[in-house]
Amino acid sequence: MIRFDNVTKRYDRGREALSNVTLEIGAGELIFLTGHSGAGKSTLLKLIALIERPTRGQVLFEGRNIGRLSNRAIPRHRRQIGMVFQDHKLLEDRTVAENIALPMIIAGYSQREMRGRVRAALDHVGLLDMEKKTPSMLSTGEQQRVGIARAVVARPKLLIADEPTGNLDPELSLDIMNLFSRFNEVGVTMLIATHDIELVNRLGGRRVVLDEGKVESEGSSVSDHRSGP
Amino acid sequence: MNKLRTYLARHAQNCIGALGAMTRQPVASSLTVAVIGIALAMPSALNVIVQSGRAVAGGWDDVRDFSVYLRPDASIDQAIRLRDQLGESRIIDSARLISADDALIEFQSDPEFGSLLAALDSNPLPHTIVVRPSEDAAAIDLQELEAGLSKRTDVDLVKLDTDWVKRLNAMLDLARRGVLIAAIMLVGAVIVIIGNTIRLDIQNRRAEIEVTKLLGASDGFVRRPFLYTGFWYGLLGGSFALLLLGFSLWLLSEPMERLAGLYGAAFEPPGVDGGTALAILLGGLLAGLGGAWSAVARHLAAIQPKV
Repeated sequence: MIRFDNVTKRYDRGREALSNVTLEIGAGELIFLTGHSGAGKSTLLKLIALIERPTRGQVLFEGRNIGRLSNRAIPRHRRQIGMVFQDHKLLEDRTVAENIALPMIIAGYSQREMRGRVRAALDHVGLLDMEKKTPSMLSTGEQQRVGIARAVVARPKLLIADEPTGNLDPELSLDIMNLFSRFNEVGVTMLIATHDIELVNRLGGRRVVLDEGKVESEGSSVSDHRSGP
Repeated sequence: MNKLRTYLARHAQNCIGALGAMTRQPVASSLTVAVIGIALAMPSALNVIVQSGRAVAGGWDDVRDFSVYLRPDASIDQAIRLRDQLGESRIIDSARLISADDALIEFQSDPEFGSLLAALDSNPLPHTIVVRPSEDAAAIDLQELEAGLSKRTDVDLVKLDTDWVKRLNAMLDLARRGVLIAAIMLVGAVIVIIGNTIRLDIQNRRAEIEVTKLLGASDGFVRRPFLYTGFWYGLLGGSFALLLLGFSLWLLSEPMERLAGLYGAAFEPPGVDGGTALAILLGGLLAGLGGAWSAVARHLAAIQPKV
């Protein structure tokens, strides 16, 4: 589904965030991207979401070199991807339901379709009774679950998450990760960046370790039972 | 079909939503609308006044008329002969004789002059011939005619006085151009005001714009609410301008009518006609959209999501 071909990303300051990264991500996979902060995890995700473009090499998304996409084509590309952020990026002046509906509004779904799917997404993350509240009335863990509901509501092909548990205690973190696993089980490809190796070790899935912009090691985690082909 | 309906529904939502966002900040929005209204009303009011002035000046076409005052000792027969003679001239439309007796009767009916004339022994007024030149009479011919009449022994005075009408018309032309310049500058001001208001709006909603862009919103999607905001500012500002204009013309109509009456001109009290109203509303709308577009074009592209 996604292929990194000798991808290098150098920022203006001159440091190489990614150096010659080659990586293949198959459809339906669950991948944990780990490594120290500054290892290049966020950059890798940004290249997929076209928030940044590669300096060298190719990023192929379903066979297409997205580094070559025009700025006008970026929105359409992003609509195929669900994104979860460490700081969840919810809009404070809108209700939980309105926040979750946002990707569907952007994609131009009808009101009727939207209502059903928003409720389904809320149900999946266990917040059905919170739809009328605003994000500030929710706990950090609940806010993150709203963020996840928003990321999956438009049924993206790929979900990327950058430190989704960065602000959460271990118990809530596991909770969130289990939620991701459940979405993966219904076929969503997942790429989750986290520095919490201990947490990853308790979960299944493939692991990609980045160190100073290079892929240091690849493999399955100890308790792997669901690794891709 | 379904897509289209959803698209239109989205537009309607943006349209109403933009108005809703404005009503949530009633003071700031009202002030902006008021400023736009005043800026649009000013050139419109000036224009209506200048137009009225032109209408009044147009009513003074008969100022081309000139009066031939005969010497007091000239007889009524001489006056009739001169009138008939003038009436035959190619460059003269009509010549009307006001005899000294008729003039006296007319003046006696005037309360101020009446008592004054009563105090005199004899009629001090001369026979007068009011001459209306034909439309196509050349100025040079008229001047020649005037000179000829002045030389006659039975003519006391020829009063041809159209210079001040020409001057007035020249001034009105100048005023009209002034109004045009003022209109251009004030519409420019409206564009700047709306552009700046929307620039602030964009800054305030920066987080929202970033998030929607991250979620795959197209430029059009992000732009739309701001364009509708500009649309509303333009429309409401234009409507307010119409109100202001109607009110100020109502205040002006009475004194203008009196002034026109003093100059003996037929006068229609100025009003806001359909064309003017449409022009103001349309001007407001275009300025609103233009201002919004300029702000959006410059500031939206600069907002790119940072994660």
